[in-house]
Amino acid sequence: MRIEYFILVDRIRELSIEKGIVVCESHVPEESTIYEGHFPGHPILPGVLLIEAMAQTAGWLILAKTQCQKFPFLSIVHEAKLRDFVTPGTDLVLESKLLHEGSGFVKMQNKVMAGDTLKCSSETTFRVLPFPSPVFKEHLLTHAPRVGFPAEYLQHVQ
Amino acid sequence: MSTTFDTVANIISETCDIPRENIKMESHAIDDLGIDSLDFLDIAFAIDKAFGIKLPLEQWTQEVNEGKATTEQYFVLKNLCERIDALKAAKGA
Repeated sequence: MRIEYFILVDRIRELSIEKGIVVCESHVPEESTIYEGHFPGHPILPGVLLIEAMAQTAGWLILAKTQCQKFPFLSIVHEAKLRDFVTPGTDLVLESKLLHEGSGFVKMQNKVMAGDTLKCSSETTFRVLPFPSPVFKEHLLTHAPRVGFPAEYLQHVQ
Repeated sequence: MSTTFDTVANIISETCDIPRENIKMESHAIDDLGIDSLDFLDIAFAIDKAFGIKLPLEQWTQEVNEGKATTEQYFVLKNLCERIDALKAAKGA
């Protein structure tokens, strides 16, 4: 997890379009300036970043489904539950399942585990739109192999 | 037709907190009921699930943006329900 770059997922462990599931891993950094304010003497990862981490996890599956031709923009966060503190140094496993693929939108069900403990969960809806910028697309597709995004879903990218 | 309309109206009422009695066959989802595109994602999800279909929102949006269709054709509830019925029939064919 590289909070300062807003990269909240370290590695894709599993991605299956057939099963409609993606599982990612992320290590919460031991140190970050964010903890200076959140909170002094009680450093924890902000809930909004956990929600973003769930969205980024789900996003990899949606990207794969579009063969990287479109990007999923987080549009609705349903029923997010931040169940337990996530402290520096924690190893997280993030899982997202496809609930529904509509026309131009996708709804996902997400959860974040630390060991056997469910840390948070949510459902999220994404608008799936063409990339608004070629720079953005190139940046993302350059980053994708570094997190283990399956090469087969990059083959048709132009 | 009335069954489709009742289901759609109930979905809109619950999703957007609009009194059920304010939702008519002639209502325009956007102009009369004030439903925005984000709320319509929730409605489309519920309609897709309720009827086992996939509303072709991308195609409709493109047609409206290109001037090939009007929003009334898709978002007046009577017309929306007719399209849902057609999608149901096509699925069952």
